[in-house]
Amino acid sequence: MRSGADLELVHVTKRYGDTVAVRDVSHVFKGGSYVCLLGPSGCGKSTTLRMIAGHEDISDGSIVLEGQDVSYLPPARRGTAMMFQSYALFPHLSVRDNVAFSLRMKGIDRAERDRAAGEMLELVDMGTYAERLPAQLSGGQQQRVALARALVTKPRVLLLDEPLSALDPFLRVRVRAELKKLQRELGISFLHVTHGQDEALALADEIVVMNNAVIEQAGNPRDVFAAPRTEFVARFMGGHNVLSEGGVRYALRADDVRLGPTGRPAIVRTVEYQGAHVAVTAEMSGTEILALVPEATFFSDPKNPGDAVGLAWDEGRLHRLQA
Amino acid sequence: MDRILKSRNVMGWAQASPLALILFGFLVLPILTITVVSFWRATEFSIIPAFSLENYAFLFGSDVTYRVFFATFKYAAITWALTLGIGFTVAFYLAFHIRSQTMQIALFLLCTIPFWTSNIIRMISWIPFLGRNGIANQTLISWGVIDEPLEWLLYSDFSVILAFVHLYTLFMVVPIFNTMMRIDRSLLEAARDAGASGFQTLVHVIFPLTKPGIMIGTIFVVTLVMGDFITVRFMSGSQKANVGRLISNDIALLQYPSAAATSVVLLCTVLLTIAILLRFVDIRKEL
Repeated sequence: MRSGADLELVHVTKRYGDTVAVRDVSHVFKGGSYVCLLGPSGCGKSTTLRMIAGHEDISDGSIVLEGQDVSYLPPARRGTAMMFQSYALFPHLSVRDNVAFSLRMKGIDRAERDRAAGEMLELVDMGTYAERLPAQLSGGQQQRVALARALVTKPRVLLLDEPLSALDPFLRVRVRAELKKLQRELGISFLHVTHGQDEALALADEIVVMNNAVIEQAGNPRDVFAAPRTEFVARFMGGHNVLSEGGVRYALRADDVRLGPTGRPAIVRTVEYQGAHVAVTAEMSGTEILALVPEATFFSDPKNPGDAVGLAWDEGRLHRLQA
Repeated sequence: MDRILKSRNVMGWAQASPLALILFGFLVLPILTITVVSFWRATEFSIIPAFSLENYAFLFGSDVTYRVFFATFKYAAITWALTLGIGFTVAFYLAFHIRSQTMQIALFLLCTIPFWTSNIIRMISWIPFLGRNGIANQTLISWGVIDEPLEWLLYSDFSVILAFVHLYTLFMVVPIFNTMMRIDRSLLEAARDAGASGFQTLVHVIFPLTKPGIMIGTIFVVTLVMGDFITVRFMSGSQKANVGRLISNDIALLQYPSAAATSVVLLCTVLLTIAILLRFVDIRKEL
């Protein structure tokens, strides 16, 4: 399903001298969707985002937005806007002037740009803070201002570089719900770089998992989590065991593993209470297997490190990995 | 005894006292002495301890004073403008155009090379260059640019200001460079993302954020130039005057009360200038 509002990467490569940060990446980001670029640090996800934003030159390939090749356009003329990791608010300007900055650069007169900035600040619920300086705001408030500043240019794609990493865990969950709501209301594409799989699962319409400068797997969150294509994806998404049987590798979800008197013999190594679940790691002929056991089931027959248990699962739950 | 030593108040005072004593002995006391002496009376051959306003009356009554103060401000203003222009450009180049840190340090050290030798030597070395038959004039004549040696190259306001700029530009470069290095580079990207051109980024982001550094450099340069007397004497061949020379002449004539009065007025003028400058920019976060 292609629409006119898509963002497309065509064989995009980024080299720094001899090292390749992004290798021949091609992907179509559907217009109006919330996409998370997920991967460990150094996997090329931030470089990819920065190339789309225009803050990094591409070495090869092209970037197409709404049918137009934007590869060599300056950042402000691409139809994208970026929200920086540390927000990058101008410390000498008030909240209002920060938001109105891009309009000022375009030469729009003060009354008009103040009106537009005020509108954006209302959108992110920061209208009452317009006169403050960034240093007088909390982290969460700064994040909203940065969001308003990026949105004031009416971008078609908003690029977010680890937008939640500077917030404390409690705030992070609240802010990500707001981000998702905002994206739905505005109907534009959000492209969000993160290394947190829980963040990606919670937010994304599509998850793009990157590793070693390439895309490992892309798809909707349920598909990526339930059917990881590679061992890397299975391990990075978490909640999976990777088993090797007859030279073939399988992924097995930790919540599909049962502890009982029967099954493959194993020794319990650690027991971690996690609230709804208890995470039990057991060693089975040299491999560590993680089992997520529902709390009630576990405490009806509790286990301790050193206990012998049997591990069982339905064979149909083994998911064959391609690499 | 033990209890007294343990009291927080006593310890606090004890810790602050060495610096307080040094500042009192070497800063407050001399200034007080100068202020006291400035009210004394003097004749050609004697100094009379008394309380008299005649030194100040003479100072403010003489039209020389105003001309010399004006000249001092003129030197300070022109030197400030030139050192700011050069200093900002050099610091900007070092901070934003040199990407490798090694190169940054190397070029920065290059800027400090002139400081490996004394002020006086650096000043005097201009004389053979700028003189009537100096290198500058000879070169210009041999190129056919001029027919006769330029007279204003040496022993003029030009040479005085040239020496000031040469001596003090680094005092502008260092604080500005320091402030610029503290500017978060993602701010420049954010400006670019918002569509700012290179010049707009300079005017709307870099310059406002560099103001504290500019102000510190300004204080250095203005105080150095206003308190100077040796540069003006050497580079003008004793043909130009500033307040520093007024004071040094008085001292040479053993007119200490008069010199002290001029010093007090100069001190107040410099302090007032700095106070006015600090009204514009808050430098506290730089310190």
